[in-house]
Amino acid sequence: MIFTIAGKELKSLFASPLAWMVLTAVELITGWAFLKRLDDFLQVQPQLVQLPSPPGVTELVVAPLFATAAIVLLFASPLLGMRLIAEERRNQTMVFLTSAPVSIGQIVLGKFLGLLLFLAIIVALVSAMPLSLAGSTRLDYGLIASLCLGLLLLAASFASVSLYISSLTSQPVAAAFGAFAALLLMLLMSEAAGDGMRARGWAVPAAFVQVFSPLKNFEPLGKGMIDSYAIVCSILLSTVFLVLTVRRLDARRLRG
Amino acid sequence: MSTPLTTLFARGLMRRFGAHTAVNRVDLELKRGEVLGLLGPNGAGKTTTMQMLTGNLAPTEGEISVCGIDLLARPTAAKAKIGYLPENPPLYRELNVDEYLSLAVRLHRVPKSKRRDAISKAKQRCGLTDVGPKLIGNLSKGYQQRVGIAQAIAHEPDVVILDEPTAGLDPNQIREIRTLVRELGGSHSVVLSTHILSEVEAICDRVQIMHHGSLVYSDTIVALQALHSGRTVVLGLRRPPADAELAQLAGVTAVERMSDKLFRLQLEADRDPTEQLVARSVEKNWGLYQLAPAQTSLEDVFVNLTR
Repeated sequence: MIFTIAGKELKSLFASPLAWMVLTAVELITGWAFLKRLDDFLQVQPQLVQLPSPPGVTELVVAPLFATAAIVLLFASPLLGMRLIAEERRNQTMVFLTSAPVSIGQIVLGKFLGLLLFLAIIVALVSAMPLSLAGSTRLDYGLIASLCLGLLLLAASFASVSLYISSLTSQPVAAAFGAFAALLLMLLMSEAAGDGMRARGWAVPAAFVQVFSPLKNFEPLGKGMIDSYAIVCSILLSTVFLVLTVRRLDARRLRG
Repeated sequence: MSTPLTTLFARGLMRRFGAHTAVNRVDLELKRGEVLGLLGPNGAGKTTTMQMLTGNLAPTEGEISVCGIDLLARPTAAKAKIGYLPENPPLYRELNVDEYLSLAVRLHRVPKSKRRDAISKAKQRCGLTDVGPKLIGNLSKGYQQRVGIAQAIAHEPDVVILDEPTAGLDPNQIREIRTLVRELGGSHSVVLSTHILSEVEAICDRVQIMHHGSLVYSDTIVALQALHSGRTVVLGLRRPPADAELAQLAGVTAVERMSDKLFRLQLEADRDPTEQLVARSVEKNWGLYQLAPAQTSLEDVFVNLTR
């Protein structure tokens, strides 16, 4: 059932121009960023060779490329997420799913998975760019894998928050803007709060706040460090917002 | 598998929105093969009732069971036996008819081997055979309504719930949909809401009338027609006598002049003065040209109850 709903979301997405516009924009933006970084790298390469342990192309080109992709995801997921619930409610099609013998949990997971799969396509497109260098230089595949994992977890966080905000309203544009604002606020606020708390020696609240800081959880993976705490935090963040979405939709059935 | 006789059962159904009671103690029982018409003016609580019956809205009080399965305790099992067409058909305009119906049968857990048959049967019943590859968004309103009905019946549910299935259609389409609903009544139980009286008389076995959230009338169409037919006749005379002369006829309780030549006569329940009326008309040369039982029985009930 979950996969049926996820498949339906993907199919609807690709039947609309939005999906293709997002993919085109992602390719253009990240492609440009990638080529610019590569160009810069080639210019400084002679000087880099003189360093005792010079950073490679993966660190200097691919890691920043994935950071750019993260920003693109930050914009894309609220826009794609608004369709999932807010737009279905406005078009009064949500009742098609809620009348079917499917639980609300399955509906929410299906929609989340549908969005995540689409965002995974973006991650795949972005990671294909550095792989195009494979023939001409030695790449750090460990770092690339770690970046991919980090970006996927980040996408999951963004998707779950967007899905939740989408369940709050039946106005798609309000849902998109709300999700964008919430994500941006989470990035800014929890970052500062986390550091501030650590400086004061409040380890436990800081650890708690890290759950709500998607970017902070991306950082270690972005450096090629598989930090299990950051991974757990990412998964926890997605879970929290998925549970909230289920509760929200259930409340609609109860309160009308 | 034994098939229980009662497919849909609801007792003491109640729904409040804050201080407002939208549905108040509604009882409903539906037997296999029966078509129940839920009638009422706009805002009477028909849609709210249907949302509760389909598990889209939790009742404040009351119980609902579908084929003996408690809808509130086991929603997924019960929902599998229901097909629902809401007031606004929940259509994905960006999908084509085949894709949409295939999604509907998969969501309703039709086994893989039977899906193709289920879809083609639903399309055939709803007259959609030719539009399978067309986008739903490009179909006319009538076809969209049919797609909405097709998704409600494709998984062969025991209970089909249709919320105003003929709203916004042209007369030909209305007739087609009515024939379809009549057909459905043979194998499924159907609950149908409408505010069109003739629709209920044409296709329903039983009628329940709602007003301000409560049930105000519940009986079979046959009983309703027996109760009211013959009580009022419309009489057309070319050379009418004075009203008083008509009123003197035995069995006539009241005379109402509708126009120069048309009268509406109220008759006593057990005495039928029709024969006498015809004989008198010939004798006095009134020029009788029309004598018909007034077909407004349900309308009378409706107006009396909901005014």
